[in-house]
Amino acid sequence: MNEVYDISHLLAGVMLVTSFALLYQERIASVLNAFAAQSITLALAVAWAAWSQDRPDLFITALIALTLKGIIIPVALHRTVTRLGIHREVEKVVGVGIALMVGLALTGLAQALLMKVAHGPLSYASEQLALALAIILLGFLMMIVRRNAVTQVVGFMSMENGLILAATGARGMPLVVEVSVAFSVLIALFVFAVFVFRIRERFDTIDIEALDRMRGDRR
Amino acid sequence: MIHETYQFVVLIPYAAALLLVALPGYRTGAIVNVVASGLTFAAGLWLVGGERTVGHYAIVDEFNIVFIAINTLVGFTTSIFSASYIGHEIETGRLPPNFVRFYHAMFQAMMGSMNVALVANNIGVMWVGLEIATLITVVMVGLYRTPQSIEAAWKYFILASVGISLAFFGTILIYLAGQPALGEGVPAMTWSLLEAAAAKMDPAILDLAFIFLLIGYGTKVGLAPLHAWLPDAHAEGPTPISAVLSGLLLNVALYALLRFKMVIAGQPAALDPGPVMITMGLVSLIFAAFMLYQRRDIKRLFAYSSIEHMGLIVFAFGMGGPLANFAGLLHMAMHSLTKSGIFFAVGHIAQAKGTQRIAEITGLSETHPRLAVAFALAVLAICGMPPFGVFASEFLILTTTFAREPWLALLPAFGLLVAFGALLMRLQGTIFGEPTGAAHPVKASFVPIIMHLLLVLTAGIYLPAALVAWFRRAAELLG
Repeated sequence: MNEVYDISHLLAGVMLVTSFALLYQERIASVLNAFAAQSITLALAVAWAAWSQDRPDLFITALIALTLKGIIIPVALHRTVTRLGIHREVEKVVGVGIALMVGLALTGLAQALLMKVAHGPLSYASEQLALALAIILLGFLMMIVRRNAVTQVVGFMSMENGLILAATGARGMPLVVEVSVAFSVLIALFVFAVFVFRIRERFDTIDIEALDRMRGDRR
Repeated sequence: MIHETYQFVVLIPYAAALLLVALPGYRTGAIVNVVASGLTFAAGLWLVGGERTVGHYAIVDEFNIVFIAINTLVGFTTSIFSASYIGHEIETGRLPPNFVRFYHAMFQAMMGSMNVALVANNIGVMWVGLEIATLITVVMVGLYRTPQSIEAAWKYFILASVGISLAFFGTILIYLAGQPALGEGVPAMTWSLLEAAAAKMDPAILDLAFIFLLIGYGTKVGLAPLHAWLPDAHAEGPTPISAVLSGLLLNVALYALLRFKMVIAGQPAALDPGPVMITMGLVSLIFAAFMLYQRRDIKRLFAYSSIEHMGLIVFAFGMGGPLANFAGLLHMAMHSLTKSGIFFAVGHIAQAKGTQRIAEITGLSETHPRLAVAFALAVLAICGMPPFGVFASEFLILTTTFAREPWLALLPAFGLLVAFGALLMRLQGTIFGEPTGAAHPVKASFVPIIMHLLLVLTAGIYLPAALVAWFRRAAELLG
């Protein structure tokens, strides 16, 4: 059984590395590529879980991750960015160095938290859950330290990747949940699409900073 | 089959949503909306009168039936208010008629999703229901498409997605905790089985899960410091949505939190959720009470008041025990009714004055006397003035706390007094004084406001023994 876990941990580890890669990209195009790489790795991880746990239903989740998040969304966002001709460079709230340091701290935190459950019957899941939690937290971090709406969307979807990884790590979790996660991602995308277009319509930019002027009480 | 009545509270709203998508014309849409909400309310009442069942898919016990009753009732009255509110918005051109079709369909879909979250006997399905309801409100908050409403919706969306993710991670952890006792698959996600098997679960995982669930669902309840989305979302969306947000969605999130508390309470070795909830509740209560003084927008003012009351309710449930739980449930019901009533009044006031700025809303007693009286009564009720029901529930929370932890009772009492001062100060300014600015006539529908006020008043004067017995059984389930 060990190689089963070794491979799933390897794939989860690669996802974590791409999460860090997302944090230090300078251009939006490379952010999208890094996200696509993460989603494809997720698809592999889920497919591996489906095969090793003998749960064919998980292949559907893997397929969704591959086609939707690995291909369709990155391509669509690439096009949007090119078409709108906006902000080719990633705008940062804090520098790359600080973001990476905070990211490391969050990864350590995730490991420390899950260490508590690393004994007993659930030890098999704790490693993957720790990696998944680190990916989720790095997704948050990305949403916080990036200003552009597109990069925030990517941060959000990277967080969803972490969630799906966690859900597949929990052995035997019913399909209901995986479908619902995919479903919620779809809805979320719909919502995001609406906003990206509306923000464009209103401000001629999808820079979140333009929205900050509206903060506080209505005048 | 009668024992499947719960299906109606879910199916009626979803069927109505599909119908409303197809129906052109906002007037027919509004009527269908009211009728569907009325039918859902009838189904809710039927459920209250029916037997309590724990099935494979759904759970109907004394505890969640309280939430279902409030949910369907306020959904019904809000749909009546919404009909007159939206009519005015279309006349003044703030909303294009084709948006309204979408609005009505979304309203029903949201009610249906909240009911799914409430009746589901599965932690995953509950999560899905709550998330769909939340995402719909995000879209609704951005409905006016003004820069402010888009900013509010964006902020709401970002914070809600944080909540969504953390709550889901907590859900996975609960599933893992239940797995050794219940086996793989659906049983380890079923409420009724989880509650029964809690004693066999690993306390360390339950602790970890509860922290994630508290932060995740706590974001939706609007607990400080995770409340930042709440005032914006209330202020910028259409007022019926503010009423539903304050009166219902916060409750559904609270329901999720309390259910998980029931599971965790079954394992004595796990962390006691009580003190954590007491702390978060008190911080929200006192923080929001002070924030009330600086508000310039009337809907924002009452959004902070919702944070304050949710804080008090979480505090009461944190105290625990049959009496405090009873008081918490009662206060939750009273707050839902009163606060949505206030938003009904505020919606018409904002339409009459053409603004939401408190400074520009003055002298209502001269220009709109009936609206002024309804608004004043509702605000006095939420301030906790006798003889309204909010007074009774707040009094009960304070006295039970005082009996057990005298010093602790000073904090909520202090917060309530601070909030009382702020609301009374604002009320005086809006009702009396020289009328300034615009004063459009509004075809306000007073039925929902009067219904809510009468219910709150009746609850304050006389609580029927059957209702007391029901709430007491629900409180006992909470432990």
